[in-house]
Amino acid sequence: MSTSIKHDDAPAGARSFTTKPRRGTKVRRQRVKAAWLFLAPMLIALTLVAGWPLVRTFFLSFTDASLSDLGAANLIGFENYLVYEDGRWYGVLADSVWWQSVWNTVYFSVVSVSLEVVFGVIVALILNAEFKGRVIVRAAVLIPWAIPTIVSAQMWAWMLNDQFGIINHLLMSVGIIDAPIAWTANATYSMWAVIMVDVWKTIPFVALLVLAALQMLPKDCYEAAEVDGIHPLRVFFKVTLPLITPALMVAVIFRLLDALRVFDVIYVLTSNSTSTMSMSVYARQQLVEFQDVGYGSAASTLLFLIIALATVAYLYAGRKQIQLGGD
Amino acid sequence: MNTRQLAKIAKRVGFWALIVLIMVYAVFPFYYAVVTSLKPSSDLFRVELWPSNWNFDNYISIFSQTSFLRAIFNSIVVAFSVVFIALLLGITASYALGRVRFRGRSTVLLVILGVSMFPQVAVLSGLFEVIRALNLYNNPAGLILSYTIFTLPFTVWVLTTFMKQLPMELEEAAIMDGATPWITITKVFLPLMWPAMATTGLLAFIAAWNEFLFALTFTLTDDQRTVPVAIALLSGGSAYELPWGPIMAASVVVTVPLVVLVIIFQRRIVSGLTAGAVKG
Repeated sequence: MSTSIKHDDAPAGARSFTTKPRRGTKVRRQRVKAAWLFLAPMLIALTLVAGWPLVRTFFLSFTDASLSDLGAANLIGFENYLVYEDGRWYGVLADSVWWQSVWNTVYFSVVSVSLEVVFGVIVALILNAEFKGRVIVRAAVLIPWAIPTIVSAQMWAWMLNDQFGIINHLLMSVGIIDAPIAWTANATYSMWAVIMVDVWKTIPFVALLVLAALQMLPKDCYEAAEVDGIHPLRVFFKVTLPLITPALMVAVIFRLLDALRVFDVIYVLTSNSTSTMSMSVYARQQLVEFQDVGYGSAASTLLFLIIALATVAYLYAGRKQIQLGGD
Repeated sequence: MNTRQLAKIAKRVGFWALIVLIMVYAVFPFYYAVVTSLKPSSDLFRVELWPSNWNFDNYISIFSQTSFLRAIFNSIVVAFSVVFIALLLGITASYALGRVRFRGRSTVLLVILGVSMFPQVAVLSGLFEVIRALNLYNNPAGLILSYTIFTLPFTVWVLTTFMKQLPMELEEAAIMDGATPWITITKVFLPLMWPAMATTGLLAFIAAWNEFLFALTFTLTDDQRTVPVAIALLSGGSAYELPWGPIMAASVVVTVPLVVLVIIFQRRIVSGLTAGAVKG
C-alpha cells in the first residue's frame, strides 16, 4: 500500500481525472492525504481484530499451545494437521470426526441454501405483486430475519420437542406419523431440524434481495408477454430468471459463506452431537472445551482455507455476473 | 366465460392462500413462543394455540434473576457501543472510499469485503490472545472490540455506496470555500448521511445484539454475559427438564424490541440490506 501512495503524488491527478474538472495539485494532494488519514482508524481496527488474529491463528496451528497457558507454546510443525506415529495417523486430517463435520457443513450449506433460494424467490415474486396489505406482509416476512439465531433455535427446539412439541402433535393428529419423532436427538432427523430452522430464518434475506432486483425490472417486456399470451411460468424462466440471476448470485454467495461457518443454530439445537457437528463447532470444541488451541487453530485454519477457496472459485465462476463495488 | 371467471376466482383464492401461508410460516414460531411464555408450568405440556389462562409467572421468574437483568444491561451497552464505534470509523472511512479517488482504493475495498467474509472461528484463537493481552477477557469491552470484525466492514461498505450517491457539487462548493476534508464531512456530508447512518446503525445493532460465538467464548461468568448466551445457557438438570416457560419468556423479551424496530424501520432495513449486497 505504501507504493500506491508514492504513485499518487507524482502524476498529480493527470491520469484519473480526465472526465472531471482538474483541480490544483495542492488540493488533490491534501485530499489523498486526508483520505488515508481517515482510513487509518478503520484499518488499524481491522488489523487488530481481523488481520493480526488471523495471522496468530495460522501460527498457533503449528504449536502445541493450550488455552490455559497460551504463552508457553512450542513449535511442533505439522503435527496438528497430520503426523504418523507408532503405526497410526494423528492430527485433524486423520480425524474421522473432522471429516464428518466437513461433510455435515457441506451438506447443510448446499441443502439449506438451495431451499432458501427456491423459497426466497417464491416469496419475492409474491411480494412483488400489487395487493392490499403488502407492507404488513413484508414486515411479517422480515421478522424471522430479525430474531436472534439463538432465540429462533430455542423456539424451534420447543416446537420440535419430542414429547410436547406442537410439530409432533400436529403430524400425529393429521396421521402422518404415529409415534413422536425425536427431531433434535435422533441422528436421522437432527440435520433436517437444523436445516429447517436455518431456512426459516434466512428466507427473508434472500427474498428481500430478489425483491429489490425484481423491482428494477422493466415493465414493458411483461406487458408484451401478456399481450402475446405467453404462459407466466414460461415468462418467469425465459425473462425474469435470467434478469435476476446477478442478484441471485450475490444472495447465494452471501448465504453460502454464512452457511459454511454455521455455528449458533447447530450448537443450540444439537450441542456437540457428531451427527450435525459443523466445522465451526468442531474447531470451537477443540479450542475451548478441550483447551487444545494448537489443534483447534489447525481446524480453524483449514476452515478458513476451505471458505477462501470456495469464495475464489465462486467469484471466478461468476465473474461476469458480479461486479465489484466501486465503479 | 363462466369457466374463465371461475379460473380467475380460483387464482385469487390461491394467491391469498399463499400469502396467508407465508404470514403464518413467518410469524407462527414467534407467536407460539409468546403463547408458551404465558402459560403456567403445569399447562406447559398441553398443546394449545391460545393460552387458556394468562399467567405471567415465567416473566416474573426471569426478571427476578439478577444475571438475566445483568445480561440485558450488558447487551444494551455492547450493542450501542458497537454501533457508535462502527459509525464513527465507518463515516470517515467511507468519505475516503466514496469521495476521493486514490491509488489503493480498490485494494482497501477488497480487503474490507474479504474481512466481511471471514469465518469468525478462523480468528477465534488469535482474537482470544489479543483480548487476553488487553486484559479484556470476561469483560463486555472485549466483545465491543471483537464485534468490530463484522460490523465495521459492513458499515463501511454500505456507507460508501451511500456516500457515492451524493452530488459532486456540494463538495466542490466546500472546497472552493477552502473547507478542509474534516469540515466537509462534518458540515456538508453528515447532515445528509443521517438516513444512511440510521440504516447501517440499525443493522449493526441487530448484528451485535444477536451475536453468539464470541459472546460465548470471551465471557466466563454469568454477570458478564450477553442475552443470547444467557438464553442458550438457561437450563435445568437434564435435557428433559429444560425450563421451557422461562426460556420462551426470555426469548420474547429480547425479541420484542427487534420486532418493533423491524416493523417501524422496515423500509430502512430493506434498503440497507440491499445496498450492502446488491451493489456489492
